[in-house]
Amino acid sequence: MAVHAIAFYLLAAVTVAAGVSVVSARNPVHSVLFLILAFFSAAGLFVLLGAEFLAMLLVVVYVGAVAVLFLFVVMMLDVDFAALRQGFAQYMPLGGLVALVLAVEMIVVATTVATGGAARGHDAPAVAGQISNAEAIGRVLYTDYVYLFQAAGMVLLVAMIGAIVLTLRHKPGVRRQVIADQVARNPKSGMRIVQIKSGEGIDL
Amino acid sequence: MSIGLSHYLAVAAILFTIGVFGIFVNRKNIIVILMSVELILLAVNINLVAFSTYLHDVVGQIFAMFVLTVAAAEAAVGLAILVTFFRNRGDIAVDDASVMKG
Repeated sequence: MAVHAIAFYLLAAVTVAAGVSVVSARNPVHSVLFLILAFFSAAGLFVLLGAEFLAMLLVVVYVGAVAVLFLFVVMMLDVDFAALRQGFAQYMPLGGLVALVLAVEMIVVATTVATGGAARGHDAPAVAGQISNAEAIGRVLYTDYVYLFQAAGMVLLVAMIGAIVLTLRHKPGVRRQVIADQVARNPKSGMRIVQIKSGEGIDL
Repeated sequence: MSIGLSHYLAVAAILFTIGVFGIFVNRKNIIVILMSVELILLAVNINLVAFSTYLHDVVGQIFAMFVLTVAAAEAAVGLAILVTFFRNRGDIAVDDASVMKG
């Protein structure tokens, strides 16, 4: 149990510290790297909670895809990030106050719920049964929630198409193959019979 | 001292607050705003998974998966809009993004 507590406090501290660094780092590249650290530590918390599948999903999806996407965009854009930090000190006191109040309120509510609300009497986390976490998720996901699963795939498809459409750029002066024009071509439009007088050239 | 549900909920609450704070203080830098939104969604996921474990119900993890899906889609579309905006304006200052006066 002590090992569990030490692991929890370590991972929680790293997660929170990385989160603070994400929002306060001067360089956005550092922000992205701290975001990756935060996701890794959160994945560790998920493992502690017994949600191994979701932990791996977090590492694969967030660290492997989303964070790298952020990194690409941050490095691709040539922006003066120092100018964007203007107002950081100005909004700091009010933001800190609001954040503090919000955090205290949420922690109070969370503690109340955890000790006396719907979670009453559930002091112990679920122990690993006969089936693994991934199997338990699969048994529910592919039966009761199969339509929502398909809908989630549709969301990803729409997001992918949207991102491609938004960033696709048609450069002028590039000759492209137009299939419709090629198919619509017939002998009448594609061929011309010219009677050439001998000794003269031809203007095409 | 054993770790209970309230500990995980406290971590999630702190992480959520950090995300909100990040949106507050980085009002001009839309990239950091997007990252703050990711932090907020991560806090939500921690909440869902913690409750799922302590209530012995795997459905919470399913829902966390859907939140993850939507977060990934949101990041992709948001960054695509950001790239398009940068191409058109040469800058990513959100204060200037009021051309449409919406």
